[in-house]
Amino acid sequence: MSDKVLTVKNLCAGYHGSEVLNDISFSVNPGDYVGICGPNGSGKSTMVKIILGLMEPVSGEISLLGKEQSAFKEWQRIGYLPQGLQFFNPHFPATVDEVVRLGRLSGKKFPRRFNRDDAQAVERTMEWMGISHIKGCMIGELSGGLRQRVLLARALVNDPALLVLDEPTTALDPETRESFYKLIFEMNRERKATVLLVTHDTATIGKYASHLLYLDKKVIFYGDFDDFCNSSEMTGFFGEHGQHLVCHRH
Amino acid sequence: MDITEMLSYGFMQRALIGGSLIAILCSVLGVFLVLRRLSLIGDGLAHVTFGSVALALFFRLHSIYMTLAIIPVVLASAMGILKLGQKAKIYGDAAIGIVSAIGIATGVMLASIAGGFNVDLFSYLFGNILSISSSELVIAAVLFGIVITCVVVFYNELFASTFDEELAKSSGLDTDRINSVLVLLTALTVVLAMKVVGIMLISALLILPAVSALQVAKGFKTAIVCSACIGVSTVIVGISLSFALNLPTGAAIVLFNFFIFLVAFAIRNLRRRR
Repeated sequence: MSDKVLTVKNLCAGYHGSEVLNDISFSVNPGDYVGICGPNGSGKSTMVKIILGLMEPVSGEISLLGKEQSAFKEWQRIGYLPQGLQFFNPHFPATVDEVVRLGRLSGKKFPRRFNRDDAQAVERTMEWMGISHIKGCMIGELSGGLRQRVLLARALVNDPALLVLDEPTTALDPETRESFYKLIFEMNRERKATVLLVTHDTATIGKYASHLLYLDKKVIFYGDFDDFCNSSEMTGFFGEHGQHLVCHRH
Repeated sequence: MDITEMLSYGFMQRALIGGSLIAILCSVLGVFLVLRRLSLIGDGLAHVTFGSVALALFFRLHSIYMTLAIIPVVLASAMGILKLGQKAKIYGDAAIGIVSAIGIATGVMLASIAGGFNVDLFSYLFGNILSISSSELVIAAVLFGIVITCVVVFYNELFASTFDEELAKSSGLDTDRINSVLVLLTALTVVLAMKVVGIMLISALLILPAVSALQVAKGFKTAIVCSACIGVSTVIVGISLSFALNLPTGAAIVLFNFFIFLVAFAIRNLRRRR
């Protein structure tokens, strides 16, 4: 059995006959922080949706935490935070703690009832994320930054081994975005969670990610972030000033 | 109005009990449907029910068996709406429109072929809660038990997929199954509600208590309980007003529901200003 958190082999995908992903292969080790970058339409979000089983690929194999995706059932070990909710309704009558508790549904057997352990996990996560004081507030009444923090708490409430984030900071102001990145970095360091972060923000991801996957329908670069900084691919994409723009670290 | 006198009539007792059961079903399911932008599914299925009633009358089914006979047709139509949306890549409102149009056209066509029916088919469009029989009350109670049990059992899954279907799916939930449960429960409820407020007014009972509750509720469970309370109280007040003032019952229930919506809307605005 593989000790890889994620393995993608020869993945191909498309919409209505047009190719979006072509022969993607890579693997992620436990504890890695992988930044996934690429231009618009490069297939980043499509790949994430396929990894999470939300979309069918044309061909290819995926294994999650050592198991083939088709046989994988431990979805509680994977946390997912999308760019935004699919059809977010600001008048949705859910409180913050109700939303965080929803994260505990994965992995539960029918009829999926909550128990005391769930209540404790919800309390603990809200406290860690600094949202305990708003637990009774309605999700629609929160600012964009706080709402993403609540959804991140929902993704983290099971203490997942793999956290998948699809452009989670797009709608946030620069200050909130920075604190959000720090939070994810802290989680990667302290809780040893493997992180897969899709972002357009190549400049910021350089400060936090250990690995970079650069996609443009196919894998342009995958490897250690420092190797990327010294690679011809980096200069090819970002020009000779890319070193200053992308490769500054802590 | 003499309440004792009103409650002494058997038909009033049946109307109040049956009406309350239907109100709870509609208003609880309504919260899920409104939030999923499926509010008009009640309207679409009501038209299918109209077509199914015409079919039952065409084959001269006794009125006692009519409700039981049309249930499978309406359930199949509910699944049709769901599958049209998923497989034919048609938006939900268009799928509801297609099934709705077929339902009403079938009813009109069968009425025309039969040269009219002994009972007035169009009376089903407006319904009469005061004519609910003891056997219909029993059917209503049984189906009430089934629907409410299902909502309680699937509550967390229904909540998760109503909040965000993609997030629910990424948690390993079978959202197709949950969607099927919701539309099938709605179909059962529509068949029942037909007798209570008439199929033209079912939509109102599915939508109005839910949107009123959503104006004031803080939390998902609170919204459901609040919606059920509004549904029951508006049915009771509507029936009582229609008895006292000799008004059409279905219309009285719907108009009182609208009044409650206005009150809830005002409360929401007052809260915002504070």
